Amino acid sequence: MATAYNLKQEASKPERFVGGHRLCAGCGAGVAVRGVLRALKDEDKSVSGVATSCLEVSSCLYPFTAWNDCFIHSAFENVAASVSGAEAAYNALKRKGKIKDTFKFIAFGGDGGTYDIGFQALSGAMERGHDMVYVCYDNEAYMNTGLQRSSATPKYAEVSTAPVGSKIPGKAQFKKDLTETIVAHDIPYVAQTTFISNFKDLHEKSYKAHYTPGPAFLNILAPCPRGWRYPPEDLMAICKLAVDTCVWPLYEVIDGEWSLTYEPKTKLPVEDYLKPQGRFSHMFKPGAQYMIEDFQKEVDKKWERLLKKCK
Amino acid sequence: MSIRERLSGNEAVAVALKQIDPDVVAAYPITPSTEVPQYFAQFVADGQVNTEFVTVESEHSAMSACITATAAGGRSATITSACGLALMWELLYVASGSRLPVTLAVVNRALSGPININNDHSDSMGARDSGWIQLYSENNQEAYDNYIMSLRIAEHKDVLLPVMTCQDGFITSHAIENIELLEDEKVKKFVGEYKPEHSLLSGEKISIGPYDTPMFYFEHQYQRARAMVDSKKVILDVSKEFAALSGREYGLFEEYKMEDAERAIVVLNSTAGTAKAVCDELRANGEKVGILKLRVYRPFPMEEIAKALAHVKAVAVMDKAESFSAMGGPVFNDVRSACYELKTRPHIINYIYGLGGRDVPTTDIKIVFDALKEVVKNDKPGEIYRHVGVRGV
Repeated sequence: MATAYNLKQEASKPERFVGGHRLCAGCGAGVAVRGVLRALKDEDKSVSGVATSCLEVSSCLYPFTAWNDCFIHSAFENVAASVSGAEAAYNALKRKGKIKDTFKFIAFGGDGGTYDIGFQALSGAMERGHDMVYVCYDNEAYMNTGLQRSSATPKYAEVSTAPVGSKIPGKAQFKKDLTETIVAHDIPYVAQTTFISNFKDLHEKSYKAHYTPGPAFLNILAPCPRGWRYPPEDLMAICKLAVDTCVWPLYEVIDGEWSLTYEPKTKLPVEDYLKPQGRFSHMFKPGAQYMIEDFQKEVDKKWERLLKKCK
Repeated sequence: MSIRERLSGNEAVAVALKQIDPDVVAAYPITPSTEVPQYFAQFVADGQVNTEFVTVESEHSAMSACITATAAGGRSATITSACGLALMWELLYVASGSRLPVTLAVVNRALSGPININNDHSDSMGARDSGWIQLYSENNQEAYDNYIMSLRIAEHKDVLLPVMTCQDGFITSHAIENIELLEDEKVKKFVGEYKPEHSLLSGEKISIGPYDTPMFYFEHQYQRARAMVDSKKVILDVSKEFAALSGREYGLFEEYKMEDAERAIVVLNSTAGTAKAVCDELRANGEKVGILKLRVYRPFPMEEIAKALAHVKAVAVMDKAESFSAMGGPVFNDVRSACYELKTRPHIINYIYGLGGRDVPTTDIKIVFDALKEVVKNDKPGEIYRHVGVRGV
């Protein structure tokens, strides 16, 4: 980047995703979109494809749109394929001299549309090498349809299709590691981020994703106050706890080279992250200590593994 | 001067695609349409086209990519059969609902299950209500001609609906026959450039594919339905223009010896050829029989079909697809409904035939014409929903 990151300066740029949309207060999806699009160069135009999701139904309701640039939605499971079609048309039209401007292509999907139903299209688009950025705003469940379990839902979280019952304590499986799966596609740029401090991490990763030729993938932890059950104003605090407990480590993989972009000064216990969220409240009831221990063990294991990869 | 060639139906479509040179072709292999993207890949490899060829990982993604490529201002095309078309289903509605003129060459094959790779029309017949214009082709020549015309129809401002052109898997897709091709320049001139009024890459800021609330959804569906009605005139206009260029005339359907026919068969795709041969034979014996071959199935030419059948005493509608409705196949139901308002209407019966690649010999067509003789004699249709060529019936 030409100049050092300056939040005030970045925030004064014209928004490509504007207010007036109907996302809930404290929702991470809009923050993710604004952050990703803000990293585009002023002179570049963009086409954003969005998978069916909270983001889609809340940001573009006929005849209104919050997209102050080009937007397309067609279905739930196909946003990666959809955006690859736009990129292909761009290449053809550019080659034929019919387009002068530079366009950037971004696909946005929630975790359901990315980890689950849209996984095939995502894998295909990454493998084919389209010059596009796939952004997953991961809120760890199907929030648009009412908090159903996805493969991104953490173990023990209470969701509507994995409720806490007298026999089963919420979701039975650990969260799928999608970021690593996309790293295995050997694409030029993969990163995991969320919203901390002055958004520098999100901004810089978004910039690299946009301006690294070829496919790039950003996995953004984007909390959902309704589904996670925390006060809307605590969005940033929840994100900070996710990274300081190493539940959601921040890292990037450039051409196969792993590097941590944030290392907590003191690695906090997972309870600090779990406790403020209603979806984990049953883990703090008598006799549930084993769940916290199990959760901690998994986080530690994955963190150690990540540290080795980043050395 | 047109070019005389010998090509299979798949080659014919591939050559049409090469001559058109679309901006984006996104395709996934499936028998029996696989050859088309194979031929096309070779054109790409040899630099004979300027197309972005996107080798997607599924037909669902093929249609998804075509939709957005078209929305981006590129001319896009795909090719498929059977289960591939079924996998596209969701997006077929999105393409027509977003009023994006994607073109799709369907090589008709039976739907699973059980799996069967041979021809019938269960795939495209199932897509008949998806808001796509459907053109059917008797042979390789018609597959070629229909495909070239399909772009002009789809992209017309009064239409803006996607078009699928259909031909029979293996029967015409793999059989090599004589064909007359147009010169490349003529095709290019005929199809012209795709210049949409709005597109994602035009520089304007637009949103496509919004959440459409009950406040507006119905109006949008009404507009889509109107476009289908209006497309009939455009199809005829484009066909007329194509006739001037090629000397080959196409209407909504072909009437073969129908003028004084007392008995008629309504049929589409390759079986029309078989039926015509039987028709000639029976005509030589003085029997007043005729064939109505449907070319345009969506929009359904309701008034025109009624008019064409008004003087006939008995009609058999042939369906190469079951609809499992317990009241006959799709073409039958449409034809029968179209004739309802006639003052004197023919008896109309249905024959399901040729499913899953079952051969359709001339003897089957004779069975149908003979059955119609009985209907005329008794002045009663008898059993309406019938099958021919299936054992145990």
